[in-house]
Order: sequence, then structure tokens, then C-alpha cells
Amino acid sequence: MKVFEKPTSFYPRFERKGGPHKETTHYCPGCGHGNVHKMIAEAMDDLGIRERTVFVSPVGCSVFGYYYFDCGNIQAAHGRAPAVATGIKRANPDSIVISYQGDGDLAAIGTAETLHAANRGENITVFFVNNAIYGMTGGQMAPTTMIGQKTATTPRGRIETEHGNPIRMAEIISTLPAAGYVERVAIGTSKHIMKARKAIRKALTNQVENRGYSFVEILSVCPTGWKMDSPDARDWLLNEMTQVFPLGVYKDDAGERENEWYRPVEPFVPEKVDAYFSAGNFEEADEPIKLDKSLQCKFAGFGGQGILTLGLFMAQVGMRGKLHASWIPSYGPEMRGGTANCSVNLSEARIGTPLVDRPNVLVVMNQPSLEAFEKDVVDGGTILIDSGIVESKPDGDRLNCILIPATKIADEVGTPKVANVVMLGALCAATGAFELDFVEETLRAVVKKRNLVDMNITALKRGYDFVRNGG
Amino acid sequence: MSRQFIKGNDAIIVGALQAGCRAYYGYPITPASEIAHAAALHFPALGGTFIQAESEIAAINMVYGTAGMGIRTMTASSSPGFSLKQEGLSYLAGAELPCVVVNVVRGGPGLGNIAPEQGDYFQVTKGGGHGNYRLIALAPNCAQEMCDLTVLGFDLADKYRNPVCLMADGFTGQMMEPVAVPAAKAVPFDHTEWCVRGDAATHKNLVSSIFLESEDLEAHNLKLDAKYKEIEKNEVRYEEYLCDDADLIIVAYGILSRIVYSTIDQARAAGKKVGLLRPITLWPYPSKIIAEYSERDVQFLSVELSTGQMVEDVKLAVEGRAPVHFYGRCGGMVPGGEELLAEYDKILEGVKS
Repeated sequence: MKVFEKPTSFYPRFERKGGPHKETTHYCPGCGHGNVHKMIAEAMDDLGIRERTVFVSPVGCSVFGYYYFDCGNIQAAHGRAPAVATGIKRANPDSIVISYQGDGDLAAIGTAETLHAANRGENITVFFVNNAIYGMTGGQMAPTTMIGQKTATTPRGRIETEHGNPIRMAEIISTLPAAGYVERVAIGTSKHIMKARKAIRKALTNQVENRGYSFVEILSVCPTGWKMDSPDARDWLLNEMTQVFPLGVYKDDAGERENEWYRPVEPFVPEKVDAYFSAGNFEEADEPIKLDKSLQCKFAGFGGQGILTLGLFMAQVGMRGKLHASWIPSYGPEMRGGTANCSVNLSEARIGTPLVDRPNVLVVMNQPSLEAFEKDVVDGGTILIDSGIVESKPDGDRLNCILIPATKIADEVGTPKVANVVMLGALCAATGAFELDFVEETLRAVVKKRNLVDMNITALKRGYDFVRNGG
Repeated sequence: MSRQFIKGNDAIIVGALQAGCRAYYGYPITPASEIAHAAALHFPALGGTFIQAESEIAAINMVYGTAGMGIRTMTASSSPGFSLKQEGLSYLAGAELPCVVVNVVRGGPGLGNIAPEQGDYFQVTKGGGHGNYRLIALAPNCAQEMCDLTVLGFDLADKYRNPVCLMADGFTGQMMEPVAVPAAKAVPFDHTEWCVRGDAATHKNLVSSIFLESEDLEAHNLKLDAKYKEIEKNEVRYEEYLCDDADLIIVAYGILSRIVYSTIDQARAAGKKVGLLRPITLWPYPSKIIAEYSERDVQFLSVELSTGQMVEDVKLAVEGRAPVHFYGRCGGMVPGGEELLAEYDKILEGVKS
């Protein structure tokens, strides 16, 4: 007779189970997990999803779900099943993913994963078996343990003022807009079983039809943990637990959501990725630029002056000239003291440290930066200063000092924002390392705001001319 | 050759996508957040998945789910977040799932600060999670390697079915350098035999790290151990510079290897025979080459952004045959070249022992 047949979504023999008894489950007599497993397997059969299904086993008594379900199985860390399920479903939205969890797993250690998977509306199905106790670890208090219920860790019974209250997950999850279907059922009488079976089927159907997140809480029994015989356990479930955990549908928006929660992904197509990233490639010079000496530059000023961008332009000029180039913003203790700064290295040889602590070129655009970094410049090094902003003068005997009213020139060009590029022009003229045309071409390639390109070029030339013509 | 000028943190994502990584799961933390920013931009643009997870723990478990499908996936974090991922890493190693996890190391312990450090060396190389397992640990020192070692990381992860950690630091993450983007190639691994994809071909498979019977778990551990020995045999990577005739070999990785590199020529110009040995794989560690050098009249100096962690591996490799010294800064303090040169002098002149 058909009713006694095992669902085909169960293995005919439980070969993964240790020991000699391959026909029976590892669950204690009277345990509710076997019933719930069977209802899920039947629904998988009826929906024809066995081969598409991935069953995520939690930590707890149902850790061995993979003994039984003839589908893809993956075992998750305690409480993490909804996150693991997310990683599966998102990578293959055509898989059917079941997160099967007990009360400790779902409502204590995995509360965050539970709520956030629901809140993202993951198109998965969560079956929450609530039996008000930790079974596997030996009958400790669960987050759903009832007030007054004695457990290994509440030997005097659960007390509200000491342990808090049984937590109602179906109610909590039903407050989340992205959760599509939330129902609490029970295993108890045959009538309850019928309802549970229907809810389980519906929750899986929702997923097949891409209606989003479904959550079915199943009140179940643990005669061993509760220290009761099976009939008493069933009575306690129906008479006591359902008082605190009322049965019923808490939310059902899934009906209006067909295919709305399908999140498509594309397979890896190497040519597509190549094309995508090659758009950022730089056109470099045919011949490498020759440098008289490596440039170790420091650029410093107020935040907002574009000082980091100035350094970046310089580094990009070098890179376009086939030099070794590095740029690094200030980081760590030197960030304090009113200077934003960056280090740039340009060299024909491989660059060691990207950090410049003894620059041979220093560009400063505010007073604190001059005070902070002048002493670090090597003897005979070049120092460029925005003389409109920086008041004091550096040591002209030791250093090659170049003063440029960069911000003033930039104002004349049209905006103080291009003062940094005035400094770049001045720097090119002062070091003689780069042809003006080459720098201009580089700027045209790297300035992101197209409408600012011409203004930048003008600023560059003005800075360059200022130094070339002796200020 | 065409290159782009990009940040080390961005180079990781470029490398990951070129390598065929399809899903990124992350949680914001300085100084690794830029990796997530780049992932959020580029993964969906290429038909991949990006999720900002509710926690570091959720992120690594999402990685576990996708990795269990045999699909390339990754996450990135920084020290405190990497600590939270240890549970997941142990499960990934136990279930033999391939993935790449980036740790842009910052100052610790505890909340520490956001400055560069290398204080997570023990955690990365000795296993911060529970059980007998190893992470393959790669230590880039430039933007190009942030990209290339990410690609290599995915290959090694797939080859050995093991999580790989890219151990970077704030400097290598923040700095911009030219990067030649490697060509994307089809992933040369087929995981149908073990992975769980939610299809007919894999529906009999099981991804798990539970072995209830002691005999089975011991056998599993021995299998992992044999794999780790194979990795130790095949995958050691390092770079050396002027070690052949050196009286003093500096051992340094990551950003510090760059600072040390700059000092070597300066020391040589002053007539001091100093060389650099840079581990690129922190596990497996380049013990063999260090042991070989220790057979001659030489001293070693481990320079680290820590109070002395990698130095223990140098000592284990040297086994007492040569003096092993240590110099470190931490908390975000980074030694300059002159500071290091003074340390070399102390050792070479016999002041430091």
C-alpha cells in the first residue's frame, strides 16, 4: 500500500548512518523530527524537486539530516544555516534550498542570521522545529523553553525575571516586509499533521515559484528531553506550548509575488571580464622616460585642496612614461597635525618602500605642511610652495625653493580647485623630468570630469610658464 | 603591456573577478572596506553576487555555502573581523572547501586601531580556529601582487580544496601602483565529484565536516595532514635579494619587505653584506631555504610590524645553527630605512645579540 512507502526523497537505506541499523533513524523514540522529515520528503516528491534541492543540516539533533534526504546535503555551523543557505541560493537561484533548524540554532545562536536572511527576502525555505529544549546537548534551556519548564540549566524551572521569556520567532519574523509566508503549525493530532503537511508544501512551492522567503515553525515534541512518555509529551505540546506559541498563519504575502524574488546570476565568461576591466587600461608611451634621478616626492596641504589628486596625477604621468610609480596617502600617526599628504615615487628601477620619509621633492600648499616636512627634505632638494597661502619661507641655502601663487593663478583660470594642477605644471618645469605636452596628454586621459579638462590644461600651462619665466 | 593605476584593495577585486570569482560576501571594517566597495561596484556589473552581510560570521558562512557549490567566492576583512571568521574558516577547512579570505591586518589586540600591523601572523599561519587545519597564507607586497596572488589564491584553493588567506596590510591596500591585469581564463577545475550545486549531477553529494566515529575523524585528519604536507612540498614561494654572500639576512614580508629592500643597496654601498629574504607564502613557510642559509656563517634578523611572531618560524627553520634576531614596531608605527640600517649595524658590530 502506498501510504507505507518511503518517499523517494529519502534514501531507501540510511547508509551514511553509523552502526548496524540502516533502516531506522537516529532519533529517539517519539521524537518529532522523523515526522517532519517525512512531510518534507513527501513534499519534495510531489513537487519533483529532489535533484534540485540542497538540504542545509544545522547543529543539533537534525545535524544528521543528510543520513536521510536523497538530495544535495551541506552541513552548517551552529546557527549559520540561513547564511549558508543564502550562499547557496544566490550562487544558483535555480536550486531549492531548505534551512532546517532547531530552536537553539535558529532562535539563540543564529538569531542574527535568521532575521537577516528573512529581512533580505532570501528565496529559501526555513523549517523551524521548536521543541522548547536543546536535545542534542542534553536537555538545556532553549530560547523557546516555557516558563516553569525544568531543564538541565533551569533545574528550578524557567523564571521570567532570571531567564527571560520564550521567544516567538514566527511573530517576530512576520514583522519583516520581505518575509513572504510565515506560519506556525504543530505535530499532534492527525488534524495538526494535515495542516503541517500543507504548510510545508506551501513553503516549498513558494520557493519553486520564486515567491521569496518562507518560514514554517513546527511545534514538536522531545519526550527524552522533556522526560515524558510520548502521549504526555503530545498532550503537553497541545495544551501548554500552543498557549504560548499560538498556531496559525502570521503572514502570507507570497501569493502576489510569483517570480519576483528570483535573483539571476551569470556564469563566468572570461572574455566579458577582460573587456570590462580593459576599459581602465592606460595608454602608455612608446619609449620609457629617462630620469636623471629617482623622484621621491611628498605632497602636502589641507584636505580639500586636491593635494592627493595632485600626487596621483604625478604618479600617473610617471606610469604613462613607463616608469615605476607608486602613490600612497598619509596613513598612521603622520595624519595628525593639519596636513593631508601623500608620497609618490617615480623611478627607472624597482621601487622599494612606497613611503617617502626623505623627499627630494616637496610640494606644500599650507603652513603646517611646511613646518612638518621641510626638515625631511634632502639637502639640495626642491621645495615648491603655494606662496599665496604659505607665509614663511624655507631655507633657501639648503633647498631649491620655488614659490608659486598657485591659488591666485587658479582663481584667474576660473576656480581655486585647479590650484593643484598649477602646482603640477610648476613641478614639471622645476624638475625638468617631463615634457609639458606629455603631461597635458596624461591629464586629458585621467581627468574624470570632462568639462574640467580644458581648465586643468590651462592651469597646468600657467604653472609651467610661471616657473619657466622665472615667476 | 597595458596597465592600470589602481589601489591594492581594488586590485584584489580585479584579480578575483579575472579569476572567475562569482560571489563576494562582506562586512564593513576599516581598512578593508574599500575591497567591499569595489566588489559592490564590479560583481553585480559582471552578473555576480555581492551581499553586505549582517556580520563577519554571516559573511564567511555565505562563503561556505557558495564554496560548497564549487563556485569561486571570497570575503575580506580586517583583524577584528578576521577573528570573527575563525569558526567559519575551521568549518571550511574541515569540509575542504576552496575560497579566498583577505585579512588587511590592522593594529590590535582588541579594537586596537586602523593602522597597518602584522600582529595577526600567528592567527593566520598557525590556525585561529579550532582543530587541526591550515590556511594557505599569501603575503603580497605591492598592488600587482594584490591582484596576482588573489588569482593564485583561487587556483591553490581549488587545487587543494582548502581556504586561502591573503594577508595584506593597510599600506598594500591603500597604495596605488601600476597593475597589469592578467587575462581571465576559464576555471580549470571541475568539482562535480564532491560539490553540492542543487542539480542532478551533484545531488548525491555531501559537504560536511562532521565525522562522528573517532576512527573516521582520525582518518579525515590524517588525510588533511597528508594534503598539508603536499602543500608544504609544492607551494613554498619566496623572493630573495643578495642573500648569497650576506653576513646578515633580513627576513621580512608584506610592506616591510619593501622598506627593507630599500635599505639593502644602502647597506651594501656602505660595505655591509646584507640581504633580504621575503616569504611570499607565510604558510607553507620557506623554512628550507632559511635552513640552507643557516648552514653558513650568517645571522638572521626578522623585521616585523609585531612584537615578534614570524621570528619563531625563522628560529624553527634555523634550529640554533645561526643567531636569529628580531626587530619590530607595532600599533601603526613603521620603521624607516635609517632606523633599520642602525639595527643592522648593531648586529654586524656585535652590539645586539
